[in-house]
Amino acid sequence: MDTTQAVSLVDYMEASARRVPGRTAIVDPAGWSLTYRELDDRADRIAGFLVRSGVQPGDRVGVAVPKGAAAITAFLGIMKARAAYVPADYTAPAARNASILSDCQVKAAFLSDGGAAILNAWPGGVPRPSAVVSVEGGPQANPFQGAVPWNEALQSPPARVEGRSRGDLAYILYTSGSTGVPKGVMLTHENAIGFVDWCSEVFNPSEEDRFSSHAPFHFDLSVLDIYVALKHGATLYVVSEELGKAPKELAGFIATSKLTVWYSTPSILGLLAQFGNLPTRDCSSLRLVLFAGEVFPVKHLRSITGIWPWAAFYNLYGPTETNVCTYAAIPLPVPADRRAPYPIGWPCSHCEALVLDTDGAETLAGAEGLLHIAGPSVFPGYWNRPEQNAAAFLERGGRRWYSTGDVVRLDPRDGYLYVGRRDRMVKRRGYRIELGEIEKGLYQHAALQEVGVVGVSDDAGVRIIAYLSAPGARRPSIIELKTFCAQNLPSYMSPDVFHFLEALPRTSTDKIDYQSLTRLATARAEEAV
Amino acid sequence: MSVADTIRQFILSRYLPGESPENLQDDTPLRSSGILDSLATLGLITFLEEEYRITIEAHETDVDNFDRIADIEAFVERKRAAQQEA
Repeated sequence: MDTTQAVSLVDYMEASARRVPGRTAIVDPAGWSLTYRELDDRADRIAGFLVRSGVQPGDRVGVAVPKGAAAITAFLGIMKARAAYVPADYTAPAARNASILSDCQVKAAFLSDGGAAILNAWPGGVPRPSAVVSVEGGPQANPFQGAVPWNEALQSPPARVEGRSRGDLAYILYTSGSTGVPKGVMLTHENAIGFVDWCSEVFNPSEEDRFSSHAPFHFDLSVLDIYVALKHGATLYVVSEELGKAPKELAGFIATSKLTVWYSTPSILGLLAQFGNLPTRDCSSLRLVLFAGEVFPVKHLRSITGIWPWAAFYNLYGPTETNVCTYAAIPLPVPADRRAPYPIGWPCSHCEALVLDTDGAETLAGAEGLLHIAGPSVFPGYWNRPEQNAAAFLERGGRRWYSTGDVVRLDPRDGYLYVGRRDRMVKRRGYRIELGEIEKGLYQHAALQEVGVVGVSDDAGVRIIAYLSAPGARRPSIIELKTFCAQNLPSYMSPDVFHFLEALPRTSTDKIDYQSLTRLATARAEEAV
Repeated sequence: MSVADTIRQFILSRYLPGESPENLQDDTPLRSSGILDSLATLGLITFLEEEYRITIEAHETDVDNFDRIADIEAFVERKRAAQQEA
C-alpha cells in the first residue's frame, strides 16, 4: 500500500488482507496457521469483544500469554479498538507482571498460566482489569475464575473503532528501572510506522519472505518481526519460548521452515553457532540475518558468518525509546585477526543523531560523547514518570532529542562506534538491566545488609557479580541466593557470581564504591583466566 | 567418581562458584529453584554429551526428569545402557 496513507500499524495488515487474503500470515508454534483473511477476521472479533467490555480509545490492555498466533491476534484486535497493548513476560514472577499491568492501569487483560497469580498479586487501590481473557497455555492450563475463554472471545461480533490517528498509542514496552520499578516506554503508531517503513526501504521484504519471530513480544525486536512481515504479506513463523532456547531444535526449525529472515539478539546466534550443530542443517534459505540488543562478541560473529556466508548480516542499534536508529552492514568475511566489535553504523534515514559532551556541547568529530536521537520514531515519554521524562529529552535546533545514555564516537568511514555507558545499566542476553533493580531485589532478603552489583565485560559478554555483606546474620548459601533471585527477579537478572565481604567498600561520601567493586571483579576475572 | 559426583563437581565449578559442596545434594531441585537457568542447562547438556558420549534431545530434558542430580544420573545411566545395546 502507499505508505503515506498508513495511520495505524493495523492498516498495513488490513491492506495485506485485501491484497493477499489467502496467503499464510502466521504459523503458530503448535503448527497450525492463519491466513491473512482469518487473522483480520479474528482481530476484528477481539476488537468487538474489547469494545463490548468497555475498552475505550486510549485504554491499555495487558497481554501476558505464551508466544503464538493468539497473542498477535490480540495485539491487532487491541489496536483495532484504538487501545494500546502492554505485552508482559508470562514466565516472569507474578508480582512483577502485576506491577507492570497495574502501573498503566490496564482496562482488560489477556492472561494465561500464572494469570490467577498475577491477579492475586494486584496492588490494593488500583482497579483490576474489568475483562480478563484466558488464553490456552501449557497442558495444565485451565481458564481461571472469572476469565472468558479465548475461543469465546473469538465468537464476538466484529468491530473496528473509527478515528485512527498516528498519534494514538500503539503499545507500551516495560524496561528495567534503576529504582527497582520497571518503567513503561510508550510508543505511538507514528513511532512504529516510521521504523517499519525504514525496514521496508532497507530490507526490501516481499510476500515470499518467511520471517522468524524469535524475540519475546515485550521486546521491541518483535515490532520488526510482526509488523514488517504483515505489511508485506509475508509469513511469520512464531518461535515458542522453549524452542527459542533449544539451539539444536531451533537450527532444525530454521531449516525446515526455510526461513528467509532471521532477527534476534547476538546471544542466540552465538548459541546457534556453538550448540546448534549448524553444519548438519540446510539454512541456505536465509537471505538476511539481523541482530540487535547488545554488542556481538567478534569471535561468535566470525563463527556464525562463517557457517552462513550466503546471508547478508546487519548490526541494528537502538534503544526501546526509538527502536532501531542506526545500522551497519557487516562486510564478510570477518577477518581472522579482528578483535574490535563492529560499529553501530550510520543513522537510519528517518533518524538524526547528535553527539554531545556532558556540558551539552556538540563534540568535535571523533570525540566520545553521549548519543542523542531525533525523528518520528522517538517515543513520547514513559508512562507516568515525569522525572524520567524531564531527564530523557533535550530541545535543540527546533527538534526534540532523546538522550540514549550511550557513549559513542564517530568514525568517518564506519559511522558510530559504541563505547559504553556512564551509568549502571548493562545489556545481558540483549535485555536491558539496571543494576539497581537487581540490588533492590536482593535487598528484600532479610539476612543481607549491603548489596553492590557490578557488570564485567569480557570476550563472551557481560557477567553480573553481586557483592554482599551480612554481618551478624547467617550468610545465605549461593544456592539459597540463586533460589531467592529466581523468585523475585526475571531469570536474566540473576547474578552469575555472589561474593560475601565483611563490609562493602565506601566512598568518602559513604556511598557504595562501585569503581572499587568493579576493579575487584575485574581482577578476580583475570585471575580465573 | 560416580556420575552424580561428576555432575555435582561440574555444576559447582561452573555455575555456583563459592558454594560449599555439601549444599548441593542429590535431591536439590536445580531448575525449578533457579539454580540452573536455560543457558546453564544447555551447558550441562553439552558437558554430559561430551563426558558420557551420549546424545540428548531437548524434549528429554524437561523438568520432570532433569531437575535433580539423582534424576540426571539415572537419565545418563539409561542413555548409556541403551547406547550399548544398540
